[in-house]
Amino acid sequence: MNATSAVLSRLRSWEGLLLSVLLLVVSINSLLTPQFMTLANQINLFQLSIEKVIVALVMTFVIINAEIDLSVGSMMGLAACAFGWLVNSGVSALWAIPLVLLIGAAGGWVNALFITRVGLPSLVVTLATLIGFRGLARVLVEDHGYRDFPAWFDALGQQGLLGPLPFSLLAFALLFLLSYLILQRTGFGRLTYVIGTNRAAAEYAGVDTARHKTLLFIASGLVSAFAGLLYAARVGAVRGDVALGFELDIITIVLLGGVSIFGGTGSMLGTLLAILIVLNLRNGMALLNITGHIQTGVIGVLLIASVVLPRVRLPRWSRVHPPAETQAE
Amino acid sequence: MTALFKRISPQGIRLLALLLVLLLVLFFFSTQIDNYLNARLFNRISSSVAIMALVATGQTLVILTRNIDLSVGSMVGFVAYASGMLIAALPELPPLALAAFAMILGAALGALNGGLVAYGRMPSIIVTLAMMAIIRSALVELANGTSINTAMLPDWLVNFPNQRLFELGKIQLRAGFVSALVVVVLVHIALARLRPARMLYAVGSNPEAAEMAGINSKAVVLWAFIAAGALTGLAGFMFLARFGNITVVAGLGFELQSVAAAVVGGVNIFGGSGLVLGAFLGAILVNLIDTSLVRWQLVSEFWREAILGALILLSVTVDSLIMRRLNALRDASRRSKKDVAESPASQNREETA
Repeated sequence: MNATSAVLSRLRSWEGLLLSVLLLVVSINSLLTPQFMTLANQINLFQLSIEKVIVALVMTFVIINAEIDLSVGSMMGLAACAFGWLVNSGVSALWAIPLVLLIGAAGGWVNALFITRVGLPSLVVTLATLIGFRGLARVLVEDHGYRDFPAWFDALGQQGLLGPLPFSLLAFALLFLLSYLILQRTGFGRLTYVIGTNRAAAEYAGVDTARHKTLLFIASGLVSAFAGLLYAARVGAVRGDVALGFELDIITIVLLGGVSIFGGTGSMLGTLLAILIVLNLRNGMALLNITGHIQTGVIGVLLIASVVLPRVRLPRWSRVHPPAETQAE
Repeated sequence: MTALFKRISPQGIRLLALLLVLLLVLFFFSTQIDNYLNARLFNRISSSVAIMALVATGQTLVILTRNIDLSVGSMVGFVAYASGMLIAALPELPPLALAAFAMILGAALGALNGGLVAYGRMPSIIVTLAMMAIIRSALVELANGTSINTAMLPDWLVNFPNQRLFELGKIQLRAGFVSALVVVVLVHIALARLRPARMLYAVGSNPEAAEMAGINSKAVVLWAFIAAGALTGLAGFMFLARFGNITVVAGLGFELQSVAAAVVGGVNIFGGSGLVLGAFLGAILVNLIDTSLVRWQLVSEFWREAILGALILLSVTVDSLIMRRLNALRDASRRSKKDVAESPASQNREETA
């Protein structure tokens, strides 16, 4: 077995591990609560966190690229508030939606500008825009909120579109497929890994890393704005604190899925499995009347375990394939 | 210009620049807000910045070693609640014992973080992100639906932050601020002068080189987290004293605020450079802008966060551009004098850079 197939099989075993955890969670859940395996509950568990899991898809790209975007939660809030503000100042919702998406893309571009042109670390830039975007959201709604969206908009967020499947779930499925294909099957996806593994090497090889990162951050802003719209449609009202603190949940999901915080490794399938684990775990705990903060604590333990567990198995791997260790780190 | 930075280190210039910005902000708002520059402003800022100053100091220690601690917000809440429970159960406990309890509890949590990061070889952002959630849920368990309130606390504790130590006209130096200031200055001096503390810079600038120089970088990282935990624990004690009412959301959001204060204060997020005094000034600057914008008639108070975000971005951008220029100038001037033997003093400056 050469080094690449060693990495591949390790990756496979990581996803295998995630899959077994998922199966474990699902079977415990269905044993403990009879209503768990119903279709209504399965849709519901997705529906309640749909905005976070959609952003987790694009966050996978950003972190594999060895960057981070802390501003996604604030961008979701800004998008939702901008939509509420536009609709309430008389703009038709059909026009408001593309405008809001444009705001999202522009916000991502601002992040990218400071990261690629000024050369500031993305942690710092998106920390500042986390505060700034949230601030703009508060400027738009002040201390009240907006409701009274068009009926079709609310229906899109709250009712089934294709049978019982709501629009947001279909959008997630489509976006997942798209992200999967782009990350694992296209040159753009390969470049995302290459730049994340070694930016300098990619630059020496003639890759325009600034352009690549700019595209990723614009995508991150755009998808976050879309998720913010979904939130507005699902809840039917917006306030200044929409999606407050979501960024940490989203990053937790992506890291749990096996994406290295240092970039270069991870996969879209891992993110999907982590999404399913987190959603099922939270849902199962909610059905058992465990509060949100405790649920988050359990996810935290899982996150640490997800880094510790592969380490426990590492010695065996490093004995057999010494080069695989550094690559898999 | 060149003569200037031969005398002062880049970090010194950074501190002076921060002071200048502080003065400019003060000047700007004094032209905008009636009755702005008075003793009440000083009293207000000084008593509200004390808690964040301690948290930002701890955060700086961790950032210096190329790590980050996102669990400080949960830690402040947890320590504040636990200390409140302790003093409510044992009202006779002497003040120093309660403060020591808060610091030891914080240090223990920091040791957990640091142990996992240094010896578990896990990225600090993951460890502390998880610990943020875990400590918060431990707090929820501990609180069990109740909260600490002022009535449960002894008078000395509630009165402590506002106790006037000195008065200069109407400017009051209150105990909360003074104790935070003393701690910040002590940590600053330790980092500048003491050998073990200098290791933080060594490990942060270049871990491999530090190892080769015989520094146990794992132990250094562990101790950075423990010290940060102790400082955060002390901040939890101050939080309890200042607010009295502690719920399960106490300290929420402190993690990002403390990182913001450190970054505005010129602490390099990639480790190895930065001063605790800088982070302290950063915390003051953020707090000053925050409180002043509320009183500024021209913009609605809802612009506060938006302007704050923009200012943080602006300050780190300007800082990065100026530092790059200064370093280039310094390198150029050094290169031009390559034949001249370098004085030990200039080598010294290089270390602090």
